[in-house]
Amino acid sequence: MQLARVVGTVVATVKSESLEGQKLLVIQPLDASLNQYGKPMVAIDSVGAGKGEVVFWCRGREASFPFLPTEVPSDCTIVGIVDSVFLDPVSRGQRT
Amino acid sequence: MILARVIGNVVSTQKDPRYEGGRIMVVRPVNPDGSDAGEELLALDAVDSGVGDIVVVVREGWSASTTSTGSPGAAIDSAIVGVVDSVEDYA
Repeated sequence: MQLARVVGTVVATVKSESLEGQKLLVIQPLDASLNQYGKPMVAIDSVGAGKGEVVFWCRGREASFPFLPTEVPSDCTIVGIVDSVFLDPVSRGQRT
Repeated sequence: MILARVIGNVVSTQKDPRYEGGRIMVVRPVNPDGSDAGEELLALDAVDSGVGDIVVVVREGWSASTTSTGSPGAAIDSAIVGVVDSVEDYA
């Protein structure tokens, strides 16, 4: 799983039937210090995330599991909304 | 599987039900010599690891779900499956 911020919404009228009713969001991946890195991507929301929230998402085949028994075609699903991130000051800065 | 250092954890109230009771750790991939090897990721803890530990992280959903929640089929793509005592590097 990785951290990301919800930065947008995707509207798609024509889509796979199994995507009906699912919320498509644009997320920007974040590192542990909440700095953005990499490219934004489209994720399906399974927890009711909204604009600007920090979330964590699951990649790959497992991304479709929250919707079982419906087989939703997803390789990137938001599975949690982050309340806070604790980073240990020692381990975080440790570079050997 | 990859080696990583546990550098923190995430608190989340609203999450997939399968994450209930698990600890979501922030880990940073490391090389065998302990140097950083990429961007941080989140992994569910299956072995009671702690901040500062070097750990083994499995990055495959079936194994990750099974070890961290007891049954497969959860939306979990990474789990901490071992705490490393030492790494011997032949190089």
